[in-house]
Amino acid sequence: MIDLQPFWLTIKLATLTTFILLAVSIPLASWLSQKRGVFKTVVQVVAGMPLVLPPSVIGFYLLLAFSPTGWLGGFLETHFNTRLVFSFAGLVIGSVVYSLPFMVYPIQSGLASLPPSLKEASFSLGKSRWQTLTKVLLPNIKPALLSGIVLTMAHTIGEFGVVLMIGGNIPGKTRVASIAVYDAVESMDYHNANAYALILFATSFIILLALYFFNYRLQRVKQHG
Amino acid sequence: MVKFSLTKTLQGAEGLLPLCVQCNIQAGQLVGLYGQSGAGKTSILRMLAGFMQPEGGEIICNGQVWYSGSQKIYVPPQKRNVGFVFQDYALFPNMNVRQNLLFALQKGQGAGVVDELLALTGLDGLQKHKIQTLSGGQKQRVALARALVRKPALLLLDEPLSAVDNALRAGLQGTLAQLHRLYKVTTVLVSHNIHEVAKLCDTVILLEAGGVKAQGAPAEMFFGNNGNGHTLTGIVLGTQKSGLGFVATVLVGDEIVKIPCAEDLPKGQTINVGLQQLV
Repeated sequence: MIDLQPFWLTIKLATLTTFILLAVSIPLASWLSQKRGVFKTVVQVVAGMPLVLPPSVIGFYLLLAFSPTGWLGGFLETHFNTRLVFSFAGLVIGSVVYSLPFMVYPIQSGLASLPPSLKEASFSLGKSRWQTLTKVLLPNIKPALLSGIVLTMAHTIGEFGVVLMIGGNIPGKTRVASIAVYDAVESMDYHNANAYALILFATSFIILLALYFFNYRLQRVKQHG
Repeated sequence: MVKFSLTKTLQGAEGLLPLCVQCNIQAGQLVGLYGQSGAGKTSILRMLAGFMQPEGGEIICNGQVWYSGSQKIYVPPQKRNVGFVFQDYALFPNMNVRQNLLFALQKGQGAGVVDELLALTGLDGLQKHKIQTLSGGQKQRVALARALVRKPALLLLDEPLSAVDNALRAGLQGTLAQLHRLYKVTTVLVSHNIHEVAKLCDTVILLEAGGVKAQGAPAEMFFGNNGNGHTLTGIVLGTQKSGLGFVATVLVGDEIVKIPCAEDLPKGQTINVGLQQLV
């Protein structure tokens, strides 16, 4: 019987990361879609760094920041008696940083593709920025929101390097499914490695299939009313 | 009454265009902002709505200062109480026809005005229809009705009929004129269609090279007032010899007319055609 705990931990991590990223990315993407200039470009590049950096590099820097001798880790340990390194909370923060572009970019491009007149029309009807965002802009970029949510979930499920660097391999705490596969292979337990890998493969496949299916449905609704 | 004086350097297709306009619009009037493409018509409308920040000047609507460069006042579009009809309609695709109008309701405003506008614009039967399923003319009616829901102090129409064909245009012009008579909202209509402006507007503001060239009643502005009948402006399409003189083929508005003349007129020349009497 295989140990299912790594999967529950993975689902918990992916769900939490997705919710946090959704809350962070909507205002950030909205800001990025409206601004121009050097500062915007710098913010966009920083948000996109996880796309090009090796996960081990991000993990290394997060490890330095989270460690009790680092500025963030030291501050949290002194004032809040909290340690992020090798903890689930640390994994969530690492995942949020690592998956940031997978949520921000689809939402940003979705918002940028809407005609500016939609926002202006809402303003001319006396609606605030918040009302315009929630009632007009976001409902009209549902496919982009869905892409962001699904890609973030899938990316967090498949995350390995960052998790290993800052979380290690503590059962029930930081041993997520991708680490469990690696651990099983290391200890030559190919039976369990196979089972874990197959479940991960199937989960990722179903998530991507669902994304394409829902996007297809949304397109049809959009075209045929 | 709406008073505005605006300055702004615009980036046009032919380089920078310094815009400097000053106008007074009487309450309840339908005013046409007429000029060639790139004359700054839409920019003026966008500055009045608050979508574009002027570089200087002021906008005063019914005694309220919406913008003042010297006093550093800039009232955002949400607080200006304007109605804006966009060239691309800007209807919300996630809402049906009725929901588009309901969204425009202000706090404490009853839905009765929505029903009234739907009836006046002939959209009662399309209330539940999605925006994507409407024709261009129907979308135009929804955009106009939506802009009027909040009973705006100033209605701004940015070439509202440019995307519909001639047959539909006449019907929509009728709706526009009817709504204006009924609600008496001070309205600015941007158009480069001389017929439309002449038919609908009380006053025309003629824009040229970033400034107001003239302002007055459409009859005076377009057809002159020389006391000896009317003058139409036309473009020579060609000239043929006929008898002792020539006959020029001239495009006047959408019509092509043949006019006897004494000389061979060059193709493309703008000429004035005099009318002695109307029949």
